[in-house]
Amino acid sequence: MNNSGTDSINQNGTHMSEEQNTTPSSLSDVAARRAEAKTAGGTVPLGTGLEARGVHAWFDKHHALEDVSLDFSAGTVTALIGPSGCGKSTFIRTLNRMHEFIPHTSMAGQVLLDGKDIYEPGIDVTKIRLQIGMVFQKPNPFPSMTIGENVLSGLKLAQLKADNQDQLLEECLTRAGLWNEVKDRLGAHAGGLSGGQQQRLCIARALAVKPKVLLMDEPCSALDPGSTLRIEETISQLSKTMTIVIVTHNMQQAARVSDYTAFFLSDGGPGQMIEVGPTNEIFSRPRDERTENYVTGRFG
Amino acid sequence: MSTTVKPIKPWAATPRDRFITGLSVGLSLLTSVVVVLATPMKGKLAYFAVFFLAWFVIDSLFILRKSGSKGVRDGLAAKLTFFGGVLVCMAVFSILWATISRGLKGINLAFLTENMRNASLFDPIGKGGILHAISGTLMLIAIAIIISVPMGILTALYLTEIKGKAAGLIQFLVQAMSGVPSVVAGLFIYAAIILNTPLRSSAFLGGLALTILMVPTVTRTAQEVLNLVPSDLREAGLAMGATQWKTVALVVVPAARSGLITATILGVARIAGETAPLLFTVGVFDGYNFNPFKGDQGTIPTVVWRGLLGGTPESVQRAWSAILVLLVVVLIMFVAARTLGTRSMKK
Repeated sequence: MNNSGTDSINQNGTHMSEEQNTTPSSLSDVAARRAEAKTAGGTVPLGTGLEARGVHAWFDKHHALEDVSLDFSAGTVTALIGPSGCGKSTFIRTLNRMHEFIPHTSMAGQVLLDGKDIYEPGIDVTKIRLQIGMVFQKPNPFPSMTIGENVLSGLKLAQLKADNQDQLLEECLTRAGLWNEVKDRLGAHAGGLSGGQQQRLCIARALAVKPKVLLMDEPCSALDPGSTLRIEETISQLSKTMTIVIVTHNMQQAARVSDYTAFFLSDGGPGQMIEVGPTNEIFSRPRDERTENYVTGRFG
Repeated sequence: MSTTVKPIKPWAATPRDRFITGLSVGLSLLTSVVVVLATPMKGKLAYFAVFFLAWFVIDSLFILRKSGSKGVRDGLAAKLTFFGGVLVCMAVFSILWATISRGLKGINLAFLTENMRNASLFDPIGKGGILHAISGTLMLIAIAIIISVPMGILTALYLTEIKGKAAGLIQFLVQAMSGVPSVVAGLFIYAAIILNTPLRSSAFLGGLALTILMVPTVTRTAQEVLNLVPSDLREAGLAMGATQWKTVALVVVPAARSGLITATILGVARIAGETAPLLFTVGVFDGYNFNPFKGDQGTIPTVVWRGLLGGTPESVQRAWSAILVLLVVVLIMFVAARTLGTRSMKK
């Protein structure tokens, strides 16, 4: 987490790698400062981020998600927390139009990427997914491809051109924190990697198409603490250059990696977003009693 | 102070257990011999049946003493499955044995390298061969593969990936098609093409008849292996901005590769020995014909059919030898497909 401690984004939208005169005393302080730095000015780098406006989702007749409005400003990490079945994963899947792959689903509301609705008729869905990448709960490298082919698979799949594939390969694997472990066996099959390595490979694969936003659906739920730590480091590295939304059941993880936290809950009916705010506030002085009960472990 | 620990298997059979197993098998053997000798039953199958019956009873008695009626039921179920396995193996091995023992006598260099142009089925063994039939069968299989593998896999992709409006109907038709008797496939091509167009019997028309039989097998097997591809992989592809076509071509099909090869192999296995449809569509021929679109063609199944009908020792011998050749040809194709399929997977 050293990086997020010394890194922030100023109002003109440029990165400052060193911030003087401040020594972060705790993680939540860091998150708060970063949040302030990003929201204070109005001009935000990296586009204007992703906004969900009144999003509903249904599975057949079942109303799974009700009226969620949430802004993800560019360059921030937002954690979605809440008990199972509260609609977090459903919500994240509406953000890059993966929701519609499940048969008999429907949705309502708007999702704006840099101010443009991704559900607008006539929009090219593949272009949307190219800009809003996704990492899944279970590591899912392509079994028929080597490690190197996996990373670069997005180029073939989305029919992109890259001038220097070797450089892109190294860059993506380095950013995903996997380069040193696999640089000597890029031609080996991805199935031989450990679960944590496979998940970082999936992150590298998602990075290769250079998305603006990265959605992560419980990326560490199948991993051991060591691999989890590596991925969290990766997330804080990546947050310098992209917007990240992460679903997690691990509240320490939410506190460690995110700038903002949104709490979702379902009271038996459709899932709703109860509260959103800077992560340190959600964990230290939440406005809603239900949030407090959840983050202090009294239920859920 | 270290003591060396000796690895043991506390769950393994004790010498006493092994003795009891041996005893029950021995007693069952004895019973079967005694029963077969004392009664009018004759033959190997009688020994086999009595042995299993005796073993069911005797071993169950031993188990009853050791672990009660629950153990007996467990043991009976285990014995039944074993019995089923042995029956299947017996059938397979007796077919293999019959083919090899009878067919091998007629195999010689001429049989594999000559045609029957200047020989007849009734000539002494050693004169003439079935190379023309081997080439004809290979040609037919190749034509059937070329048409039905793409067709079957595309149909399977429609059913598993596109899941379009017609999927239910197509699924039903594919299932219905797999029940079509092979002679009907031959008659269909005969009635639809040979009677109605200037085309006359040829390897191509035979290939079409075989395609009718092969497509449902390939489709259904391919469909099953495509369904086994985890949906995570499809989502991963789509989430990177790929179109569905790219995801299927670059992710789903490669992941199902070895299964799709199996689908092809099963399809070939379905048609390799078909005789009836060939009689209507390919005819019979004693020489080489390398034109797939014109003229009758010699094939191994028709050589077998004519040989067995011929009735003389020489012609029947030729039939058995041809069956053996067909078995070996198909076996070689399977092994080749398997090795090719797994080799390029590893890199």
